[in-house]
Amino acid sequence: MNLHEYQSKSRFAGYGIPVPQGKVATTPDEAYAIAQELGGTVVIKSQVLVGGRGKAGGVKLAKSADEARARAEEILGMSIKGHIVHKVLVDPASSIAHEIYLGITNDRAAAQPVLMASSEGGVEIEEVNRTNPKAIIREHIDPLMGLFSYQIVKVALGIDLPRDQWRAFSKIVQGLYQCFVENDAALAEINPLVITADGKLIALDGKMSIDDSALARHPDLAAMRDTESEPEAETQAREAGISYVKLNGQIGCMVNGAGLAMTTMDMTKLYGEEYGIGPANFLDIGGGAKAEQVSAALRIILSDPNVKAVLFNIFGGITRGDEVARGIIEAYDEVKPSVPMIIRLQGTNAEEGRAILDSADIPNLRTAATLTEAAQKAVEAAKGAM
Amino acid sequence: MAILLNEKSKIIVQGITGREGSFHTRKMIEYGTNVVGGVTPGKGGEWFDGKPIFDTVEKAVEATGANVSLIAVPAPFAPDAIFEAVNAGIDLIVCLTEFIPVQEMMRAYRHVKNSSSRLIGPNCPGLLAPGIANVGIMPGYIAKPGNVGVVSKSGTLTYEVVFALTEAGMGQTTCVGIGGDPIIGSSFVDILQLFEDDPQTEKVAILGEIGGRAEIDAAEFIKANMTKPVAAFIAGASAPEGTRMGHAGAIVEGGQGTAAEKIAALREAGVRVADNPEQIPQLLK
Repeated sequence: MNLHEYQSKSRFAGYGIPVPQGKVATTPDEAYAIAQELGGTVVIKSQVLVGGRGKAGGVKLAKSADEARARAEEILGMSIKGHIVHKVLVDPASSIAHEIYLGITNDRAAAQPVLMASSEGGVEIEEVNRTNPKAIIREHIDPLMGLFSYQIVKVALGIDLPRDQWRAFSKIVQGLYQCFVENDAALAEINPLVITADGKLIALDGKMSIDDSALARHPDLAAMRDTESEPEAETQAREAGISYVKLNGQIGCMVNGAGLAMTTMDMTKLYGEEYGIGPANFLDIGGGAKAEQVSAALRIILSDPNVKAVLFNIFGGITRGDEVARGIIEAYDEVKPSVPMIIRLQGTNAEEGRAILDSADIPNLRTAATLTEAAQKAVEAAKGAM
Repeated sequence: MAILLNEKSKIIVQGITGREGSFHTRKMIEYGTNVVGGVTPGKGGEWFDGKPIFDTVEKAVEATGANVSLIAVPAPFAPDAIFEAVNAGIDLIVCLTEFIPVQEMMRAYRHVKNSSSRLIGPNCPGLLAPGIANVGIMPGYIAKPGNVGVVSKSGTLTYEVVFALTEAGMGQTTCVGIGGDPIIGSSFVDILQLFEDDPQTEKVAILGEIGGRAEIDAAEFIKANMTKPVAAFIAGASAPEGTRMGHAGAIVEGGQGTAAEKIAALREAGVRVADNPEQIPQLLK
């Protein structure tokens, strides 16, 4: 889960990292009041969970409180890459002498966190990695031992940081690592970390991404989720304990297990691509799903108007075929979907499940013995409905 | 012969009295697996279906000589369970648990690597050595003894392919689910090496997915070291970039970890790559 800039910076501040003393506004009048309070030039920054805000016109300077109100008026409500701006951060403007990049992320291949720094701050680190990879200094952190001071010195040397900044820099890096660990972050990034004209270090922009698996033990972070910018179906799925991602195709897929769910999507594309047919969603009902989850999943799939056919692929292990069959019937009785449905049940209690479905006598439900047959039938059904 | 497990393996279940642990322990015993006991703190001295329960792994090892532990405890307790199994000297630790926070897992991984224990998982379906032992949650009836080694990141996709192999009359030496998390104890390469060294295994199927570079490493390993034929399937060719597909590890980031690049690397290494997992048996004939 990604945090907004203002949320990330407020976390950073809690670990002794200097950040601008700005506040969040949801209306132009609030922006005016904050600018009035701060005095001087301010910067109005859209709070959306997507990169490239500056280029899209979502970050603007304002020299007075009146101007702040006008700029906030422009930015609030605008759409940046499909994300509507509901909040702006009003920060005091800083005089920038130099911009540094500083970030900590999990290096999957090394199975350790990695500290990254670059003297080329202010641009996306992926961009620096493309154009000048040597400008990025990387230092792995042993997760059992923690971050050592000498490692910070190595990094400071690597980015040619002036020696009079080392002490302040060291405090910031230690704070960022502590913040990264204590919040179960997948990413904690300051970009840019600025050296101001009067020689101070300040975290001008911040980004944090929290490990979804750790949210259960960080209720304060979980509460920061911005459901305003999340599609409704995904919120519903999350609440039902289902993993759902909407895609652009016509075949709604309901599968148990993430790998098999992706495979099932792939099969609809493999057999459907030549007719412009593909998966409408990724959906994993998880291990051991009960009838209620199955019916919730079907309602979510059918809430997408593009869906022309539904493909169930259930290979029972922990999940039981009879539970799934009952869920399908329950959902059918409730929703009465008119789209054709193809079901392939295999594994634990699959026979019982098939018997339950047969006796329910659902007119638009057909069965398939293998994944290939199921995908082909689903493509045929979607073709017929288009 | 299977890899990782044999008739002498003595298996304990950490979390034997839990919801998942008790259900799957029964299935494992039904399959004929040599379960010698289990661990639930606070229930030491009690019994589970005729198997002794211990308070700690150490006590279980002392009393039973267990050398394999299946971890079936919820995520908040799983890293602790891994540390405990390592410190009790367990040779093979299989962790089923899903949703272990990545940083917790990095610490546990580090501890395992600093020891002589081997870890499979987490977030995996475990190991199935047909006719010998079932250590995990794979449905036993889908497999039969034979000469194909199967290694996979996914649970149900493994069932799919193992079932297709069995239906085609091709049995397996061992089916290994390595798990779909970003940090896992054993990689494709680790398991491929074991299959290459195992005289019974004549052919290998590898089932990967988008995200990370484990399949690329596998391709490089196969090219340099493997003499046995390998077939593969990579799930997620139709997944868009930047969206996590269920598994914590299944995400294409910055254009890295796509199905296309993995398939190309595997083909380059001489692997027969299926575009439908049900084709795997034909590719291994």
